[in-house]
Amino acid sequence: MKQGAAMGAAEISAGTGFRRSRREQRFRRLKRDKWLYILLSPGLLYFLLFKYVPMWGVLLAFKDFQPFLGFWKSSWVGFEHFRTFFQNPDFFMLLRNTLVLSLYNLVFFFPAPIILALLLNEIRLSFYKRTIQTLIYVPHFISMVIVASISYVFLTTQGGAVNEFLFTVTGRKIDFLASPDWFRPMIILQTIWKECGWGTIIFLAALAGVDVEQYEAAVVDGASRWRQTWHITLPAIRSTIVILLILRMGTILDNGFEQIYLMMNALNREVAEVFDTYVYALGITQGAFSYSTAVGLFKSVIGVVLVLGTNWLAKKSGESGLY
Amino acid sequence: MAKRYRSAREITFDVFNYVVLGIIGIAAILPFLFVVAGSFATEAEITKRAVFLVPTTISLDAYRFIFSTDTIVRSIGVSLYVTVIGTAVNLFFTVTMAYPMAKRYLMGRNLILNLVIFTMLFGGGMIPTYLVIRELHLLDTLNALILPGAISAFNLIIVKNFFQELPAEMEEAARIDGCTELGLLWRIVLPLSKPVLATFTLFYAVGHWNNFFSALLYINDPSKWPLQVMLRQIVMLSQSAAGDLSSMDPNFVQPPEQSVKMAVIVVGTLPIMCVYPFLQKHFAKGVMLGSVKG
Repeated sequence: MKQGAAMGAAEISAGTGFRRSRREQRFRRLKRDKWLYILLSPGLLYFLLFKYVPMWGVLLAFKDFQPFLGFWKSSWVGFEHFRTFFQNPDFFMLLRNTLVLSLYNLVFFFPAPIILALLLNEIRLSFYKRTIQTLIYVPHFISMVIVASISYVFLTTQGGAVNEFLFTVTGRKIDFLASPDWFRPMIILQTIWKECGWGTIIFLAALAGVDVEQYEAAVVDGASRWRQTWHITLPAIRSTIVILLILRMGTILDNGFEQIYLMMNALNREVAEVFDTYVYALGITQGAFSYSTAVGLFKSVIGVVLVLGTNWLAKKSGESGLY
Repeated sequence: MAKRYRSAREITFDVFNYVVLGIIGIAAILPFLFVVAGSFATEAEITKRAVFLVPTTISLDAYRFIFSTDTIVRSIGVSLYVTVIGTAVNLFFTVTMAYPMAKRYLMGRNLILNLVIFTMLFGGGMIPTYLVIRELHLLDTLNALILPGAISAFNLIIVKNFFQELPAEMEEAARIDGCTELGLLWRIVLPLSKPVLATFTLFYAVGHWNNFFSALLYINDPSKWPLQVMLRQIVMLSQSAAGDLSSMDPNFVQPPEQSVKMAVIVVGTLPIMCVYPFLQKHFAKGVMLGSVKG
């Protein structure tokens, strides 16, 4: 009954001397593992229905989709929607907003968890360290709607705490929520508040793996703590940093739909609108299915190219990379 | 750690480090504490003092107001339903798929693994997914908040890796004793995987409770809005669907808009705060399991 795990395909069955065909062997394995395949089926169905059917649905981008005609009868238009999109002034606005937000994220947010983890790593009082960690993880579990809500409640000019304070001190109020100048700092601050603490987990895990003997040897050699950090700690977490950087590169065109959507309004739209919110506004609320699918597809393809490209670069420069 | 020479500079750094991290730790939860304090305050207090942690008079008016109509209560019901049923669906789908995928001898295993990984790299995007949901007649049903996210590919792979690491000898022994494949999963593998399953239960549950995007896309009927969408309506769009002044007794003073908003925020966060202590115990280990391999 029990078959070996790695069975040769054209094995000769010893007892009968009967040479089994490849197909028969396969059938026997299928039969033997039938319960495994039955277990696998709901998950497979899920991936097919909710992941692969939509992938096939990107063909809409090349059609002029008419809801009453359906997918099949709608006519093909080739790259028409892409051409319209690239000629639209919105394209440059979206590209600029998306890239600027990603750049801000990369410069202001990306290093934050690394620095925080390095500081936490220097704490030797384990009770204190655990307490701080418990506190800084909290915001990660709070929904983006709550984060945006808290921002609204504090920043509004109608009785918001921050503006009340500003008014008492300077006699003026700043309309943070409706000002294009404040949109980006606001988004980055929210991201730092929400995810910075959580981001330390992965670096702290990498730091925990560093060999203590290296530090001891360094101390014997008279290395200061700063030198230890520079020559032992940082190189030890370099590959983790590179991997996270690769992952971030792949999502450079993703700016977090929920956050932007929640903080965007008519007054800051000029700096706030990004690919995802644009796709939502045109596709879901205005029903321009084909055009917005084309915009979405453009974004995904660039995303994949960016991940594969950065991964390739990382490998070239001697890091292990993701794939 | 070995006793070592500490210069004045190092001591200064240590003091600085402890203080800075203390401030960061407090800053992480401070905004929320302000909101909690504000939700219990009276209108006079909020207009008088900008920020405070302890209101001078504790008032439950804001809470009485938001619970005076069933708007909030109904959306809490929707969120609870989606969280409980959704998490159960997540676990069922994730475990049943991860278990066969953990078997190295399974025919077609690599193909399936690659198909799953590919979905992490490329997806159909918002509109094609929306149209699929529409074709399946899931729009405006709570199933639209549950089924499209039944499996997270990332979680699936972590659970699969965990199953794969379980000792194979135990499995063989159970098989010799006549245990069936399903019995094996139910009686051997799942009990051994409790810590991982606990972690993912909590992650999936938090995800459902916090979900806003799917509801925004797929639910138009306000009576089926989960709490997060209702929150946005009340706090950001200032639509006071919650609360009914006429149903209040004549002595009821209308609570300040600010404290009502703060009370809604507190209600939306409370369940997370309740499970956080349990969550906290598990996640650091759970997240690391099989995820990053340096």
